[in-house]
Amino acid sequence: MKPKVAFFDFTSCEGCQLNKLNLENDLLDILKHVEIVEFREAMDDKADAYDIAFIEGSISSPSCVERIHDIRRRSKILVALGSCAVNGGVNAMKNLQPIDEVRETVYGEDKYLFATLPAMSVSSIVKVDYEVRGCPMTQQDFLKLLVSLVLGKQAPRYDSPVCVECKLSENECLYNRGMVCLGPITRGGCDAICPSFGQFCTGCRGLLDEPNYIGMLEVMTNHGISLDEAKKRMLLFNSNEVQL
Amino acid sequence: MSQDLNIKVHHLTRVEGHGNIVVNMKDGVLEKAHLSIVEPPRFFEAMMKGRSFHEAAIITSRICGICSLGHQITSLVATEDALGLEISEQTELLRKLLVNGATLQSNVLHAYFLAAPDFLKVGSVFPLIATHKDVVLRALRMKRLANDIGDIVSGRAVHPITPVPGGFTRIPEKSELVELKRRLLEEALPDGIATIETMKSLAGAIPQFERETEYISLKHPDEYALYQGDIFSSDSGAQDVHNYLDVTNEFIVDHSTSKHARFNRSSYFVGALARWNNNHTQLVPEALEAAEAMGLKPNCYNPYMNTIAQVVEAVHVIFDSVRIIDTLLEKGLKNEKPNQTPTRYGRGIGSNEVPRGILFHDYTYDKKGSIVEANCIIPTGQNLANIDDDMKKLVPEIIAKSKEEITADLEMLVRAYDPCISCSVHMLDVDFIE
Repeated sequence: MKPKVAFFDFTSCEGCQLNKLNLENDLLDILKHVEIVEFREAMDDKADAYDIAFIEGSISSPSCVERIHDIRRRSKILVALGSCAVNGGVNAMKNLQPIDEVRETVYGEDKYLFATLPAMSVSSIVKVDYEVRGCPMTQQDFLKLLVSLVLGKQAPRYDSPVCVECKLSENECLYNRGMVCLGPITRGGCDAICPSFGQFCTGCRGLLDEPNYIGMLEVMTNHGISLDEAKKRMLLFNSNEVQL
Repeated sequence: MSQDLNIKVHHLTRVEGHGNIVVNMKDGVLEKAHLSIVEPPRFFEAMMKGRSFHEAAIITSRICGICSLGHQITSLVATEDALGLEISEQTELLRKLLVNGATLQSNVLHAYFLAAPDFLKVGSVFPLIATHKDVVLRALRMKRLANDIGDIVSGRAVHPITPVPGGFTRIPEKSELVELKRRLLEEALPDGIATIETMKSLAGAIPQFERETEYISLKHPDEYALYQGDIFSSDSGAQDVHNYLDVTNEFIVDHSTSKHARFNRSSYFVGALARWNNNHTQLVPEALEAAEAMGLKPNCYNPYMNTIAQVVEAVHVIFDSVRIIDTLLEKGLKNEKPNQTPTRYGRGIGSNEVPRGILFHDYTYDKKGSIVEANCIIPTGQNLANIDDDMKKLVPEIIAKSKEEITADLEMLVRAYDPCISCSVHMLDVDFIE
């Protein structure tokens, strides 16, 4: 029997889901091996239980917390999909400011109408079995994990910095081109796509297990930005992870 | 149907984001008919504070995956306006090509994957793989090509990489553009023509409903405005984008985490149908022929026809993309560096037409190039009041139908706007209260 697969979105941009619909060349083949039973962005159907539940987005409101508990209870395997689900992603930047101030900036005196919590990773609320990192998650990463799960195998975990793949791609270091790049502390697995297109690494795949913060800040400040600005850059996708 | 009606659609499907439809009629009097937006708030305006101009577009692209290119380009325009960064003609052409690609991808996604299942009375595109395989494959091909425009020119269609303030971090190769042009002519064009035929055959399923409203879009003197122009209202004419706050007049309602907007009336329409009504004479002749074939006429007051206007635009952007590539190749691609040396600081406004309508980004920078204040006004947010007004007119007109049919018509109405709730916050459930 084909595994029953479902996709759920929480606080996010739904770009990771879109990236699945953008698997135009593989979509029909994927459907031969799994049965998609719930995918609100693309279909009406709903189901009671799932073999694999893919979760996109951060947990950032009381109703999100209830919903993720409910999905976890009904899922055999639960996968966090993309940066928002894995560590809070850009959403977690709001956690750096007092919550009342944040609500007031956007909703003014009507702030009390809208409940909000700090933006949290899925794993801070329920058990997460696997993760697909990145903002957005890459289609290759997603396919690799899906194939492993369908075959009943363990999926590999990547723990080398983006710089490794950047060097393998024979890119010139962006620091030599006057940019400030987070490659040295960021978990790779993305083929260094941003540096390969001439843009600095934003840290979207999260931090290495043991990031060298001091070294990173030293490199950044040596290349012309203030310590304050360097810290901010580090926090862009990793406000919930960085420990300074 | 009795004189009492309660509908609640919780987390409407086949739309981007989370919304509920709530309708409540008692003794024949409509008490409530609205789209309730329940997407968790995301607070981007607050997160932008203190961020460098290098990061602004990276952050705002994450407002929405489907509209990431639109947010990114609009963000760049706002930053360049604030910091006085001039861009080259090549940068502008490449951006217009990207905007065309994003419009093609989004309009095709909506017409085939999100709206067409309504016309064929199925719950998603997946059953259509068995019954209409050639049509699904065509839709996938068109989407792939549109996404390839994004991948080639911007590095990645979802959350693009290369567009930065002042230009691009990488310029595409000549050979890549030549190949894109070939595929646009040999693949996209025949697929586009076949799409017109498909939509023509489905047009009978489009509900007959009309409500004339105010239509707002950009307008450009020289072209069908998608990238920059003046704000144009069908009620009161043109004005500079810097006056956008006079147009949007956002207000908060308790049934929506997304703010609503109004200008000359209680609501206004943005998106493909507004662009069609305001600017149809500037479309390429082939797009005008497509409109005629599918029964879309100026001016059209049926919101369900928004999907058809999107297909018309898909035809337009295929031809326009070929024209842009020809111009780029004729002028020769130059390996330009982005212009990132600010000449001033202060406030800047960016506005573009993204697939779902007119989008505004408004940033104020300090002299270090950090954001002091940010405001983003999103097309779906601007459409919410108009959707509510449509529902209030529609429900009494179709009250003789069964509850299931009414619910289906309401869901289809909301989907026709191609709402993007992640953007507006996120969107859709229908509540019939009984």
